[in-house]
Amino acid sequence: MSVRRLAPAEVQPASFAFSPENEAWAATVIAKFPAGKQASAVIPFLMRAQEQEGWVSKAAIEAIAARLGMKLIRVLEVATFYTQFQLAPVGKVAHIQVCGTTPCMLAGSEAIIKVCKKRIAAHAHELSADGKFSWEEVECLGACVNAPMVAVDRDTYEDLTPESFAAILDAFERGETPKPGPQNGRVGSEPIGGATVLTDPGLDDGSFRINIVTAAAAQPKNG
Amino acid sequence: MAKIKIDGREIDVAPETSLLQACEAAGAEVPRFCFHERLSVAGNCRMCLVEVKGGPPKPQASCAMAVRDLRPGPNGEPPEVFTTTPMVKRAREGVMEFLLINHPLDCPICDQGGECDLQDQAMAYGVDTSRFAENKRAVEDKDIGPLVKTVMTRCIQCTRCVRFTAEVAGTADMGLISRGEDVEITTYLETAMASEMQGNVVDLCPVGALTSKPYEFTARPWELAKTESIDVMDGLGSNIRVDARGREVLRILPRLNEDVNEEWISDKTRHVVDGLKVQRLDRPYVRVAGRLKPASWSEALGAVADRIGANPKKTAVIVGDFATAEELYAVKSLADALGIVDIDARSDGSKIDPAWGRGAYRFNATIAGIEEADALLVVGSNPRLEAPVLNARIRKRWRKGGFPIGVIGEEADLLWAYNHLGDGPTGLARLASGENGFLEVLKAAKKPLILVGNGVTTRPDGAAVLAEVAKLAVAVGAVGDDWNGFSVLHTSANRVAALDLGVVPGAGGRSTDEILAATRKGEIDTLILVGADEIDTSGLKDRFVVYLGTHGDKGASAASVILPGAAYTEKSGIFVNTEGRVQLADRAVFPPGEAREDWAILRALSALAGATLPFDSLSELRAKLAAADPAFAEIDTVAAGTSEDVIRLAGLSAGQTDGRPFVGVIADFHLTNPIARASKTMATCSRLRAGQLAAAAE
Repeated sequence: MSVRRLAPAEVQPASFAFSPENEAWAATVIAKFPAGKQASAVIPFLMRAQEQEGWVSKAAIEAIAARLGMKLIRVLEVATFYTQFQLAPVGKVAHIQVCGTTPCMLAGSEAIIKVCKKRIAAHAHELSADGKFSWEEVECLGACVNAPMVAVDRDTYEDLTPESFAAILDAFERGETPKPGPQNGRVGSEPIGGATVLTDPGLDDGSFRINIVTAAAAQPKNG
Repeated sequence: MAKIKIDGREIDVAPETSLLQACEAAGAEVPRFCFHERLSVAGNCRMCLVEVKGGPPKPQASCAMAVRDLRPGPNGEPPEVFTTTPMVKRAREGVMEFLLINHPLDCPICDQGGECDLQDQAMAYGVDTSRFAENKRAVEDKDIGPLVKTVMTRCIQCTRCVRFTAEVAGTADMGLISRGEDVEITTYLETAMASEMQGNVVDLCPVGALTSKPYEFTARPWELAKTESIDVMDGLGSNIRVDARGREVLRILPRLNEDVNEEWISDKTRHVVDGLKVQRLDRPYVRVAGRLKPASWSEALGAVADRIGANPKKTAVIVGDFATAEELYAVKSLADALGIVDIDARSDGSKIDPAWGRGAYRFNATIAGIEEADALLVVGSNPRLEAPVLNARIRKRWRKGGFPIGVIGEEADLLWAYNHLGDGPTGLARLASGENGFLEVLKAAKKPLILVGNGVTTRPDGAAVLAEVAKLAVAVGAVGDDWNGFSVLHTSANRVAALDLGVVPGAGGRSTDEILAATRKGEIDTLILVGADEIDTSGLKDRFVVYLGTHGDKGASAASVILPGAAYTEKSGIFVNTEGRVQLADRAVFPPGEAREDWAILRALSALAGATLPFDSLSELRAKLAAADPAFAEIDTVAAGTSEDVIRLAGLSAGQTDGRPFVGVIADFHLTNPIARASKTMATCSRLRAGQLAAAAE
């Protein structure tokens, strides 16, 4: 981690406003809290602003502070405290979050980061030359058994090698959304070469065999 | 009450008391950085660790654990706290080591050196070497305004300043951004703080992260002579300590007085010091052929005495806001002896008549009494500008809840929420008729507080409006035997003393505005201004005006004779604050050059004018003053008014009120008097404030 500051003035947009759908959503969020406690909605608001714009701008912080009746510094505190809030513009197509925590690191996340540095930008939080990509190293993304992994928006790409990761970047480059999940052919966190235990078909009637990853991907993104 | 044993000593305290306060009560000292009595508990510095029996078996932060959180022993023995065991000492040493890891240890170049909590406590809990071989963290300094200098690498993140601005000052300027080892104290994108009390964060900061910008690299605390004094910047009479080196006042700090200013002072009180050094009148002047020429004391006093002696009846006196009670008494005695009836100490044009009785012009509820009140009506006042520390007291009461507030007058950001009930006397009439429902609120309150400001008293119809307010106060039951909520907030430091001593026009005499008009017309031969600058001096240049004062300001530029006096830090004197509290200020330094204490000048003038005042020393003068009014001998007690005075005022028929709205009496908070106008710091603050207001208006 490093000192977090708002992005320089030249990249800051002049104003921020929620889109009509987000505005309707914002009203329902505020209604969840008792009168006078609207400030509780600050984290959902910041998150939604980030989803809308890709990052949290100064204008967004100020608009949210005004909307929730908070002092500017109080919103800035929240926005700088949580590293999930991007304070500078991120890649228009994909912001790659590479897990660098121990299991991923042991399984080769440094090679993934090397690809990021080569393909995207020399430093984390920098935009690629075409503005399409940016990357950062994050702490544990919670799929250590599928290490190394990256997260893009709400999708995770696991069991990466520099080559498969480069392929994912290529796919994004072409405007596609690569299929999330393990990239080495295995399903979920099952063993790569197929099961080595509980192989007796009599133990399994097949009823619980669900592809977790595709089942999750089929569901609508939650709000 | 709960029993608890502190270091083997059993004491009885309220169960909600924190362990730290219980330890203090038992006489055991507990080191702390983040804990402060007047702020909420943060519990983040961990310096106040103690060992407890009857609680978790590990060091406990005593500020964040209450006595009731501990359980008694198996046989009902009271829980125990230890503050001196080896475990406590080791734990605190560990905390200190962590605090010092990222602290720069630049004490030799730090302004806090010598009065630093971290330095002091490192003497007790620090170790002489560091086990930390990595680089220390460095933090960028922040520009948070002209009064507070930051060296953020020194910050230990106690968040006292954040809590102060959010809780006491109410502007919530400061915050703690980022997290972990990257946390930084700052204002929003380094905007300047907006509080009128921001200087207090310097006192609160336990290290040298926030220090006074105007005072930077000026002096070490041990070089300074410390004098207890009283502030004159507003009507509150904040208790201050004047720190001087040689003949120079270097800084002003607050002094603890729970009944007046707690431990806060306003920025004007604190940072006006540089105004005491510049624009000073340090020798007498006499106007010769249109130009002020330096003169000797005998020439200057002789010129004035000749002029008065020629026709004392055509002499008038206006006394300004900084006169001590002794000076007011001396001026009044001199005027009486010479038969001068055109005398007025209400240089702002206030319509208050001392004949109404003391209760009619005092802050009867008392300043500490604000905390007992359960409803507030503010009429014609902006307490945020007129008395910021008193406003903080109102905010403190408001934060506790159950404190409905109504304001009649200008709508301003007062740092607490209120119902705006009108702009002028019509709003008052509407309220009194019960139209907007706030009358019922006041009536339902057990201790309603009616705060009247100078926006009312200085109006041409001030007496009539004040009578209306008194009538309302009586009607809602604010004026009784055990609670008198009718409270006048003065902006002048010693107005109450002036009114108590009757420094107002005698029979057939003229008031301030009438004196000025008569002087312009030539009906008055000699006008003596005793430190009176807040008046309209236009058209006075051709008249014979004597200015007795400290600064080359409005009064002095209109004067024909200038008699240099002593500023409030340069004389001992009695000041009576807006609630009627008699307070004694000591002299910190001597007046510059040939300037003399004002009472001595008046005494010398009286001898030359043929009406020698009957005292030769300040103590004799003070004895005479005490004989004239024994209340002035009772230092630090409130010479209270009575509720009968308010009831009598309510019955006063003082003519019609006009419908004009109440206007604020303070246009520029930082430039309300000659000393502040001479101060560079105040000028900077004023410019900044004007810019902020302009930006906010856009």
